[in-house]
Amino acid sequence: MPPLLEARGLTAGYGETNVLHGIDFAVEEGGVTALLGANGAGKTTTLRALCGMIRRGGEIAFAGQRIERAATEDIVRRGVGHVPDGRGTFMELTVEENLRLGAYTRRDRAGVAADIARLFDYFPRLRERLRQQAGTLSGGEQQMLAIARALLVRPRLLLLDEPSFGLAPLIVRDIFHILRRINTEERMSILVVEQNASLALDLADHAYLLETGRIVVSGTAAAIRQDEAVRRSYLGY
Amino acid sequence: MNGLLHQIASGIASGAIYASVALALVMIYQATHHVNFAQGEMATLSTFVALTLIHAGVPFWGAFVLTILLSFALGVVVERILMRPMMNAPVLSSVGVFIGLLLVINALDGWIFGFTIKSFPSPFHAAHPLLGGYVSPHEIGETGLTVVVLTLVWLFFRYTTLGLAMRAAAYNPVSARLCGVRVNRMLGLGWGLAAAIGAAAGIMVAPVVFLDPNMMSGILLYAFAGALLGGIDSPLGAVIGGFVVGVLENLFGAYVVGTELKLTVALMIIVAVLLARPAGLFGRAVQSRV
Ligand SMILES: Nc1ncnc2c1ncn2[C@@H]1O[C@H](COP(=O)(O)OP(=O)(O)O)[C@@H](O)[C@H]1O
Ligand SMILES: [Mg+2]
Repeated sequence: MPPLLEARGLTAGYGETNVLHGIDFAVEEGGVTALLGANGAGKTTTLRALCGMIRRGGEIAFAGQRIERAATEDIVRRGVGHVPDGRGTFMELTVEENLRLGAYTRRDRAGVAADIARLFDYFPRLRERLRQQAGTLSGGEQQMLAIARALLVRPRLLLLDEPSFGLAPLIVRDIFHILRRINTEERMSILVVEQNASLALDLADHAYLLETGRIVVSGTAAAIRQDEAVRRSYLGY
Repeated sequence: MNGLLHQIASGIASGAIYASVALALVMIYQATHHVNFAQGEMATLSTFVALTLIHAGVPFWGAFVLTILLSFALGVVVERILMRPMMNAPVLSSVGVFIGLLLVINALDGWIFGFTIKSFPSPFHAAHPLLGGYVSPHEIGETGLTVVVLTLVWLFFRYTTLGLAMRAAAYNPVSARLCGVRVNRMLGLGWGLAAAIGAAAGIMVAPVVFLDPNMMSGILLYAFAGALLGGIDSPLGAVIGGFVVGVLENLFGAYVVGTELKLTVALMIIVAVLLARPAGLFGRAVQSRV
C-alpha cells in the first residue's frame, strides 16, 4: 500500500531564500512519523510547505492525489489537520467558537456534536472553559484546544508542530499520552515535529532527522534511537 | 430645556448615521488593518443610484433594497480588483489607493449625476408631531431603521457560522485557513457588507443634508472620530462612539462653537483620542502580531 503522505524533492522557503533543499519523506496510514531537528532546521517550514502556507516546489502526494499546487483551505478540506507552530489560537474568540471553527467545513451537525463529546473525554478541561475567551487559557489548555480544533476537521492526517513547546513536563506527558490514544483509538495518522527527540521517538514508529533543510538520518524510531548522531546531539547519552 | 432635548434628539439621529459608517470603517480595518477613506464616497455613489431608481419610478423601499444589493456587489468588486493585489502592501501605498478611489468615485458622481445639490425623498411621514415635536418623523424613522440594521449585523456576526468565519478570518487569517475557511472570500463579503451598511446610511442621511458628490465627506470625518473614540478595533465601541460624536457635535454646535465650526469638533475629538487614549474607549492596546 502506498503511504498516506509522500513528499519527493520538497523545497520551500521565504522570499528569495530557500530553507528546504529537496527532502523526501513519507507517513504511513495509521502510523506516527516524527520529524526531528534543532531549532531552525526547517521543521516548521516543512509543515507549512505541506499545507501550502508558503512557496514550495517538488511533489507532495496525499491519499493518492497531488497537493503541491493546492490552496491551504483545500488541503485542509482533503483531510489534513494542522496544529501550527504557536498553536494558532483565536485569542479573541471563546473556546466554543474556536471549536466551531474547527468543524467549519462540516455539515454533519450530529457527527460534530458526537466528536466534540468524544474530544471532551480526552480534554475535560476544555468543557469547563467552553464559554471563556481562548486568550485566557493556559499554554497547555491552548495546545489541547489546538489539537481538538484540528481533529474536528475530521482529518486523515494530523500534523503537529512542537506540541511540547513551552509546557511544563507533566502537561507534556499528558498531551503525549493523549496523542498516543488518538493514534491507536481513532487510528489517526500523525506527523509530529519536535525538538524534544526522546519524547517524539517514544510516540513515533518512523523518524527523520532534519539539519539545515536536508534530511540526514531516517529509519524506524527504534533504529534512530540507536543512531550515534541522534543520540549525541538530541538524546544526550 | 426644550432646545437641549431637541439638540440631543437630533444628535442621536445623526449619531446613528455616524455609527453605521464607523462600523463599516471598523469592519474593514479589522480585516485588513487599513482605513477605507473611500467608504463615504462609495456610500454617496450608492445614494445617487437610489435616487436614480426612485426617479425612474421604483417605489422607495424597492429602490432601497436594490441599492443595498448593488452596493454589496460594488464592495465585493472593489475588494477583488483593488484590494486583493494590495493585501501585503505597505500602509502608505494603500492610503494612496484609497484616496485615489475616493477621488475617482467623487469625480464619477459629479460627471454622471451632476454637481448640483439634489433633494432626496424621505420615506417617513407623520400626520401629527411625534414625541412632542422634538424630533422629526424622518429622524425617528432613520434612527429606528439604523438601529435595526446595526442589530441585524450584530446578530449575524454573533450567531451565524458565516459571521464567525468572517471574524476568524479577520483576527487570524492563517489559523482560519487551517480550519478550511476561504479567507479571501470572507474579505470580499466583509467589503460587501461594509458597502451595504454605508449605502443604508447614505440613503438615510440624504433627505437631511441633501445629495451632492461631497455629501459624505464631512460625515466620514465624524464617523472616523466615532470609530477612533470607541476603538478602531471594536465594532461595538465604534457604534457607541458614533452616537456619542453625534450628540457632542450637536451640543457643541448649538451652545459652544456655533454651527459653522461643528466640523472642528470631530477634529478635536480625533486629536484628543489620539493623544490621550489611542486605543479608544473600548479598544485593546495595540499589539503587533508576529
Ligand atoms: N516567516 C519566516 N520568514 C523568513 N524566514 C523564516 C520564517 N520562518 C522561518 N524562517 C527561517 O527558516 C529557517 C527554518 O525555520 P523553521 O522552519 O521555523 O525551523 P524549526 O521549526 O525547525 O525551528 C530558519 O533559518 C528561519 O530563520
Ligand atoms: Mg519550529
